[in-house]
Amino acid sequence: MNQSIKVQKTVTINRAPQELYRCWRNFENLPQFTKHLKSVKVYNDHRSHWITSGVVDRSIEWDADIVEDRENELIRWATVEGGDVSHSGLIEFRPTPNDRGTVVRAVLEYDSPAGAIGDTIAKLFGEAPEQQLGDDLSRFKMLMEAGEIATTEGQPHGAQ
Amino acid sequence: MKAVCWQGTNKVGVETVPDPKIINPRDAIVKITSTAICGSDLHLYDGFNPTMQPGDILGHEFMGEVVDRGSAVKNVEIGDRVVVPFTISCGGCFFCQRDLWSLCDNSNPNAWMAEKLMGHSPSGLFGYSQLTGGYAGGQAEYARVPFADVGLFKIPPELPDEQVLFFTDIFPTGYMAAENCHIQPGDTVAIWGCGPVGQFAIRSAFLLGAERVIAIDRVPERLAMAKAGKAEVLNYEEVEVGEALKEMTGGIGPDSVIDAVGMEAHGMGLAGIYDKVKQAVRLETDRPHVLRQAIVACRKGGTVSVPGVYTGFVDKMPMGAFMNKGLTMKTGQTHVHKYLPKLLEYVQRGEIDPAFVITHHLPLEQAPHAYEIFKHKQDNCIKVVLKPGQAAE
Repeated sequence: MNQSIKVQKTVTINRAPQELYRCWRNFENLPQFTKHLKSVKVYNDHRSHWITSGVVDRSIEWDADIVEDRENELIRWATVEGGDVSHSGLIEFRPTPNDRGTVVRAVLEYDSPAGAIGDTIAKLFGEAPEQQLGDDLSRFKMLMEAGEIATTEGQPHGAQ
Repeated sequence: MKAVCWQGTNKVGVETVPDPKIINPRDAIVKITSTAICGSDLHLYDGFNPTMQPGDILGHEFMGEVVDRGSAVKNVEIGDRVVVPFTISCGGCFFCQRDLWSLCDNSNPNAWMAEKLMGHSPSGLFGYSQLTGGYAGGQAEYARVPFADVGLFKIPPELPDEQVLFFTDIFPTGYMAAENCHIQPGDTVAIWGCGPVGQFAIRSAFLLGAERVIAIDRVPERLAMAKAGKAEVLNYEEVEVGEALKEMTGGIGPDSVIDAVGMEAHGMGLAGIYDKVKQAVRLETDRPHVLRQAIVACRKGGTVSVPGVYTGFVDKMPMGAFMNKGLTMKTGQTHVHKYLPKLLEYVQRGEIDPAFVITHHLPLEQAPHAYEIFKHKQDNCIKVVLKPGQAAE
């Protein structure tokens, strides 16, 4: 059975659309703030290779092309035909009318075949997918507004 | 280093843990010279917060000396003497830029927990459970301070720790509570709760021009301290507070009322949030009583200011009184960063000496004893300052 996931989330970031677009346009920046991407390698101006940090030992990889690119406004990408996963994404940057920065809207779709890979995708993104996307966008916001991502990993702790 | 760790309900211990280190570029490490126990720490101690984990380092009122800083921290030097606001704020978001520091968008790594409960997350806090970020606190020898370039406040050398330590929380909290009352000349302010925040609210109300302050509690030494701060006092075990306030104000009622008690029903959680809250509310049945009483006592058109901490749900809110009397409510965690320059000036001018509230100085090692006497109000305990590095007696 094919598994299809589509999620949308919006966040307002107190920065200009240009700055946000620039960061996002280089997909190699994405693993800094997304939970499930291990790395992205940009091959050229439109094609990139994405690797997820999998559940258990399985990671999933795909090639994606930028299919629409409007500078400072919108980036749309989709997996190249023939891969294991069919994935597409959209990120949109709209300046707020009231000087609050930029409304950032993300839409992600995953369409994966039946079987082990489909199950992995479902495990990765299927559990509270909107929450995951929202958390990724919150971390993107932290990075852009605060210059770093708030964390407590690595701080001292007493006996658990 | 030594750190005061939460070990379970009614149990804290001084444990040896790794020293904190710089994690992010905007971090600094502070060697702590003084640290206090807050009334709100007692609710963690009491086990009301299901997002506490054994080993969590407590404490959000601390100061000391900068001993390390990340690459992005340029405005403080190694060796600078600093106080640390209990709220962790990024300085770059919509809220920080509007001086609403405790509403920072970017400092709570566990924002999703708070969003589940409240719709949006307030800022991260030091030493105050996973819900507000899970940050290690400052009842320790050292602490890591995130966003140190906006989260450290330098202190002139001539002011001793005791006069500036409470800039971290209770002085600005009491001050914001009074400021939220929009005090006009001639106003009477009634304050429920004469713990440390209430004490600072009393003095702040006078600093902001109140004519009269009426303070309500039942603990004799707290009422005595309020009286020393020029408040008129009411013991709620001896009088009917609502009637007494009416009599004292010519039937009008206080122009503004401050709930410095709160409900402290830290009953949020990953699962079963609502049940936990209900459970906590049952345990704290007399607490929302303060808010109800304050609303009913307030004069028509007056202001209800709530520095007391609420996290869950309140039953039987007298919404009819609130609406029909045209009241305004102002509340929130304290925007500490906003108030510090102004409060420092008050202290430097000698208009207030915040050390008045301290009843106990103890070595950090004696934290378990300190929690006990503070919780049970033994030995006339109102405020404990812990000193790391000081030998236990």
